[in-house]
Amino acid sequence: MNVTATLIGQIIVFAVLVWFVKAFLWEPMLNMMEERKKRIADGLAAAERGQKEQEEAEQRAQKQLDEAKQRASEIINQAQRRASEIVDEAKNDAREEGERIKAAALSDIEQEINRARESLRKQVAAIAIAGAEQVLKREIDAKAHRAVLDDLAAHI
Amino acid sequence: MAESSEPISANPVEYIQHHLTNWCLGCNPKTDEPASLIDFSVIFVDTILFSVLIAGLLMWVAYKVGKNLSLEKPGGIQNFLEAILEFTDRQIKDIFPRRSRIVGPLAFTIFLWVFLLNFMDLIPVDLLPWLARWIGSTFFGADPHDVYLRVVPTANLDTTFAMALSVFALIIFYNIKIKGGWGYAKMFLTHPFGIYLAPVNVVMTTVEEIAKPLSLGLRLFGNLFAGELLFVLIALLSFAWVVLPLQVFLGVAWAIYHILIITVQAFIFGLLTIVYLGLASEEQH
Repeated sequence: MNVTATLIGQIIVFAVLVWFVKAFLWEPMLNMMEERKKRIADGLAAAERGQKEQEEAEQRAQKQLDEAKQRASEIINQAQRRASEIVDEAKNDAREEGERIKAAALSDIEQEINRARESLRKQVAAIAIAGAEQVLKREIDAKAHRAVLDDLAAHI
Repeated sequence: MAESSEPISANPVEYIQHHLTNWCLGCNPKTDEPASLIDFSVIFVDTILFSVLIAGLLMWVAYKVGKNLSLEKPGGIQNFLEAILEFTDRQIKDIFPRRSRIVGPLAFTIFLWVFLLNFMDLIPVDLLPWLARWIGSTFFGADPHDVYLRVVPTANLDTTFAMALSVFALIIFYNIKIKGGWGYAKMFLTHPFGIYLAPVNVVMTTVEEIAKPLSLGLRLFGNLFAGELLFVLIALLSFAWVVLPLQVFLGVAWAIYHILIITVQAFIFGLLTIVYLGLASEEQH
């Protein structure tokens, strides 16, 4: 229980030890822990940012999907409308064509009737002349009475 | 736990005294003690030896850990040291009004070093002295009775006051650095009763300041000295085989309790260092 020169020695040992621990352990370790703290904070911030970005991307994708659906249904509607238009047009065309063909056929029939009637008239005139010739025989000159016969034929 | 040759129970007083005597250079050859209470011609070799060995061990560990610091996967010792460092750093941040570069490493080192020095107390009391005696008498031809070894450096006033006085020097340094020479002097004059009781204040503050290193050094010394003495006394119980169970029981109980004491003493020394230096670096209020 004395104070001796050991005191001086111990102070020197203590001072060297404190210096050594400060230089080789305290400061590197404190720096490392500071860096670790920073890295953890960075990591958390990055994770949060990533999550936010993902949410935004999902929202964007949803929006695009909705738009696409809407456009698709618009296109389908348009196509249906167009299809019914085409069908209507086709119907109209067919009806017009039909009517045209019918009209042409009617006029053909009319012409055919007229022609038949004309030739019948001519044949009747010829028969009438032949009849008249039979009746009249020589008294009637075909040439001289042509006008009379034609008139007759026209009245048949 | 008998001493090498003679049965210890024959002379318990001598046994205790032998345990409490240092390996000494420059002591009185008859008494193996320093000539006076304060004698700077004397060096205690065992105290220096064990302090330096443990300081070396601490430096080696500090160097190893400091060089291989792992940010991702801290290992066992690194984790342990990180926990102590973080605790120390938080205490300093709570107490200190400003950043200080030396207080952290100082308190950190004090805790670790004091703890390890105290830990020498848990080595069986007779083991290392017996080893020293054997080496001394076998290799150096010394009389076994003249080979002394005290293994606990903190049970020696020199070690505890080496740290306490270093802290005291830093207290004065910080006081003058932060408050200025005049501010520091004014603290002695006006604290705690105001300028009109200046003479009282000077005495009070001086006592207060001197008490800081004194209490630091004496507290640690007293605890460890008492601990060491108790281990020696328990070792004395081996005078007869009937009391052996009692000796074992007491030895185990005291050793377990002593683990707490050495940790708490190391902790208190470190924490008070922070507190005292924190007080010293406060601005005048």
